[in-house]
Amino acid sequence: MAKTHVTMTINGKPMEGLVEPRTLLVHFIRDIAGLTGTHIGCETSHCGACTVDLNGQSVKSCTMFAVQAEGAELLTIEGIANSDGTLHALQQGFREMHGLQCGFCTPGMIVRAYRLLQENPNPTEAEIRMGISGNLCRCTGYQNIVSSIQHAAASTNGGAMREAAE
Amino acid sequence: MNDMVATADERADKLQGMGCSRKRVEDVRFTQGRGNYVDDMKLPGMLYGDFVRSSYAHARIGKIDASKAQAIPGVLAVLTAADLAPLKLHWMPTLAGDVQMVLADGKVLFQNQEIAFVVAESREAAADAAELVEVEYEELEPLVDPFKAMDANAPVLREDLEGKETGAHGPRKHANHIFEWAVGDREATDLAFRNAEVSIKELISYQRVHPSPLETCQCVASFDKVRGELTLWGTFQAPHVVRTVAAILSGIPEHRIHVIAPDIGGGFGNKVGVYPGYVCSVVASIVTGRPVKWVEDRIENLSATSFARDYHMTTEIAATKSGKVTGLRVHVLADHGAFDACADPSKWPAGFFNIVTGSYDFPTASCAVDGVYTNKAPGGVAYRCSFRVTEAAYCIERGMDILADRLGMDPAELRLKNFIRREQFPYQSALGWEYDSGDYATALRQAMEKTDYAGLRAEQKARQEAFRRGETRELMGIGVAFFTEIVGAGPSKNCDILGIAMFDSCEIRIHPTGAAIARMGTKSQGQGHETTYAQIIATEIGIPADDIMVEEGNTDTAPYGLGTYGSRSTPVAGAAIATAARKIKAKAQMIAAWLMEVHHDDVEFDIDRFRVKGLPERFKTMKEIAWAAYNAVPPGLEPGLEAVSYYDPPNMTYPFGAYICVMDIDADTGVAKVRRFYALDDCGTRINPLIIEGQVHGGLTEAFGIAMGQEIAYDEIGNVKGASFMDYFLPTAVETPHWETDFTVTPSPHHPIGAKGVGESPNVGGVPAFSNAVNDAFAFLGNTHIQMPHDAWRVWRAAQRLGA
Amino acid sequence: MIPGAFAYHRPASLSDAVALLARLGEEARPLAGGHSLIPMMKLRLATPQALVDLAAIEELRGIRRDGDAMVIGATTTMAELIGSAELAAAIPILRETALVIADPQVRARGTIGGNVANGDPGNDMPALMLCLGARYTAIGPAGMRELPARDFYQGAYLTALHPAEMLTAITIPVPPAGHGWAYEKLKRKIGDYATAAAAVVLTMKDGRVAQVAIGLTNVGDTPLFAKAAAAILAGSTLDAPTVDRAVAAAEAITSPASDGRGPAEYRTRMAGIMLRRALTRAASRAR
Repeated sequence: MAKTHVTMTINGKPMEGLVEPRTLLVHFIRDIAGLTGTHIGCETSHCGACTVDLNGQSVKSCTMFAVQAEGAELLTIEGIANSDGTLHALQQGFREMHGLQCGFCTPGMIVRAYRLLQENPNPTEAEIRMGISGNLCRCTGYQNIVSSIQHAAASTNGGAMREAAE
Repeated sequence: MNDMVATADERADKLQGMGCSRKRVEDVRFTQGRGNYVDDMKLPGMLYGDFVRSSYAHARIGKIDASKAQAIPGVLAVLTAADLAPLKLHWMPTLAGDVQMVLADGKVLFQNQEIAFVVAESREAAADAAELVEVEYEELEPLVDPFKAMDANAPVLREDLEGKETGAHGPRKHANHIFEWAVGDREATDLAFRNAEVSIKELISYQRVHPSPLETCQCVASFDKVRGELTLWGTFQAPHVVRTVAAILSGIPEHRIHVIAPDIGGGFGNKVGVYPGYVCSVVASIVTGRPVKWVEDRIENLSATSFARDYHMTTEIAATKSGKVTGLRVHVLADHGAFDACADPSKWPAGFFNIVTGSYDFPTASCAVDGVYTNKAPGGVAYRCSFRVTEAAYCIERGMDILADRLGMDPAELRLKNFIRREQFPYQSALGWEYDSGDYATALRQAMEKTDYAGLRAEQKARQEAFRRGETRELMGIGVAFFTEIVGAGPSKNCDILGIAMFDSCEIRIHPTGAAIARMGTKSQGQGHETTYAQIIATEIGIPADDIMVEEGNTDTAPYGLGTYGSRSTPVAGAAIATAARKIKAKAQMIAAWLMEVHHDDVEFDIDRFRVKGLPERFKTMKEIAWAAYNAVPPGLEPGLEAVSYYDPPNMTYPFGAYICVMDIDADTGVAKVRRFYALDDCGTRINPLIIEGQVHGGLTEAFGIAMGQEIAYDEIGNVKGASFMDYFLPTAVETPHWETDFTVTPSPHHPIGAKGVGESPNVGGVPAFSNAVNDAFAFLGNTHIQMPHDAWRVWRAAQRLGA
Repeated sequence: MIPGAFAYHRPASLSDAVALLARLGEEARPLAGGHSLIPMMKLRLATPQALVDLAAIEELRGIRRDGDAMVIGATTTMAELIGSAELAAAIPILRETALVIADPQVRARGTIGGNVANGDPGNDMPALMLCLGARYTAIGPAGMRELPARDFYQGAYLTALHPAEMLTAITIPVPPAGHGWAYEKLKRKIGDYATAAAAVVLTMKDGRVAQVAIGLTNVGDTPLFAKAAAAILAGSTLDAPTVDRAVAAAEAITSPASDGRGPAEYRTRMAGIMLRRALTRAASRAR
């Protein structure tokens, strides 16, 4: 099949390439843009390891073709850090609260949590758990991921971590 | 910080040594998307490999027509067994003394078994080509029920074993029989049962499941024809073993094979053995002269790589009327699938299943395991099992609950009555293990107190009465599990992998400016070794953990080790780290004494320095000593400051724990909700509490999935079911309960730092806790045993049968 | 993992899309959210030769009021549905149901058009559409037409759509103010299809059921409109014996598949349980 030209912005930089229509967005990101932080864990759109932020929404990049992202603005884990180069509150929170072990789900988790906190800056534990229900983790049992996100929310909101009582 | 003025505590804190919740080194790169996993690798000229897999569970293979596949642009080769046979690579030895087809040789023995390997310029071309390979099948009668494997008229699976009446583990009783392994005192145990006042007997099955790490198995093989060297990157929990096996299989000398395990996205035992994908990638690289990458997809992972469990355990416990156990007799039917590819130490075809006496003082016991072949994927030992300890713990913990029920005794009380007592350690079990240390009663009592166990039982009683009165449709279950683990394989006298003893190793080199690099023979897949191993060295040698670089996984530079699985890293490599560190410390002491012009007996180690005894103001810091090692060593000593240790453990280690699970079950839907889960773990000396807690959370979550819904099942003609994330139950953050963790500390007396290991304990203890809770909820209605998994429809069916 | 090859089209207007689908014929599929189609393509269970991406077509988007109905564009995503305050106020059962479909990322892309037009018996929205008496606007080579949802589902992956036809909008009559509603879905985990689910929309008057509509999800080849069960409940006070009879009538029309969620018998009984719970919740919400 003839290749087609596709252009998008990834982490603020224009990225273009020649792809087949069937080239998955995640393969474009990993193989052509060379950003291997976004991972692949399944082929049935369940695990969320491929999650990126596209036009302000968390999406599973394995369930889109690169051509569908023509003209889109993407944010991947490589672009999450603050513009001055310091780590994002989520990246710090995950380290502070031991929210990762093997690291494979982590980019998708952080990118998802990023959008979650944009939409809901001070979520309850239940909202966090629902919010990351599209991201599977096999190592952590999620508990420290929840507290990592709470830590990030608190440090962003300048307050103490929300009460665990809910 | 002024070295003179800082207090001892401040100096110790600065080291970030053992006992502190040091933040993980690994997190820096992982949170920035800078991990280095196998599929991240891109080499010039790299090709992609993809398998053609069997549609059938049992069939003869006739013609394999790859002509349409080879016509696709970009396809370089389609390898079949015929191509591998001249290299004698169409079959390979397994870790369990069997052989396994790399590519189908005349027949296939399980659905999705590898038939051909397509090699192409792109993933797309490989995938398109794989669809176009035409395979002639002649279907054969499949064998799916292990209980029928040894029937007289059972289909014969392993024609390659025809006439072989002895296998790797002794005589075979039938064409589909692999081994019988028996241990214990059969006569004395049978006598105990004949004399028993009370006994229970139950078939307790542990269903087939799969570890399913988030990253699947993958490799990149690159053979350099000019240098005659093979470099193999891969998801290898035991990279050195892979190298040795590769040398033996390929004929390439071992010094010309470079095996590198980079970052691994979860292992859980799925990435210990050698898979056809690795072998085919190596051959493809040799044949094409280019690097070849193989990345399996999820369905391939779940249906063709190492499964776990599939043990059918007929469990008998004899006891007195007052609840003292007098004997344990267990027979296991082990379903191994089409090849015995269990990743066990070679003398242990059923792993360490003989830990099945558990935490209890059985005066006599006997156990026998029969392994059989079926038309299912090979494997068996994986998924945080500690070599079949998960099966053994489930067996005895369910058994004790069933016995408690029969006796009308509380399950916790029955356990307290039968625990091995603290003063009995080191304890010789009736099935041959010497348990190193334990204080079981203290742990269980602490768990009961923290959960208000008495209050829970009272609440349960009230709920049962309300249920009978029709006031509620919700049942309450309390699951108690007390497990004794056996990890740290293991002593060379009885533990080897393919003949290589199961020691492990550590090499430490201190640099002139006082920083250090350390390498070990293990390989973390998320356990945090870069962080925790440095903590051990920091405490032992007095150099800050942040100044110590830890490396694993490169077989050229890391000393030989047997890898990470079976919770062996801390017990074995951790000990090697301590002993290597102590060698360095001994030399440092001599250098310090030399520098301060005193006798080496006149100096003593103090956190991060050596000081003159009685004159604490006279000291040399480790930094000063490191510098001196490169220019001012005492006469007779070599310059430099490094050591290597290969540690052959004298014994296994025996972590233990008390878990209590409270469940509320909706009798109308079968849906069970975990209200509370309390886990007390004793792993001896605790190196990093934060990491231990993370291991427990993760293991409990795996156990939750196993107990409450995971299953790799087969229908009656061998079609594999549930082998994708559409159906394989991996809980999300919403289903996963909240975990409460607690601990006691009973150091291992034989381990240099008293540590026992913890990674697998939560899976070992978790599954029985969940299962006992479900079973306990229905006990008052006459339930004896409900088989796992406890998914809603099965719980509902049990409720219906019990008249709930 | 890798789909078969296909040609990709991204028309800017509805008429272009219609023309393309007509020209390309059977081997072409419209692409909306793609979260049913693309996973099937990756497993090579679906191998369209061409995809017509609807993303650029403005006419297919949007949620608006049209008299006594809400009109929802076919490519409205679940996330947009959930975020619409107007929809939440007028037809709250839609939002409740959207929130139990899949997970946040899938909801960001999955569309209501895809969910109702696929014919997948596991999709949740169709049962609601049956309850709510929705109408689907379809467009094809022969022009535009309206199809009642209650006549739309013919079998698994079999709908009343003609070849080269696609949905443009869903029109849902707004239920009366004070109506009661509930979607009760039993599932193994977040993201799973229903083991069984029941949708109930009703109105009460003086303690009696004035109107009630019941839809069942994933317990047959198609979503099921439980007419007989509803008829039994109409006029009742939702007293226990009447509810029992209605549940029996609902169970009687089910024919679920036996799969990992459970054997058929279990799923039928669970449909009954979900119906009970949906009735209770709907009644508690009715004013």
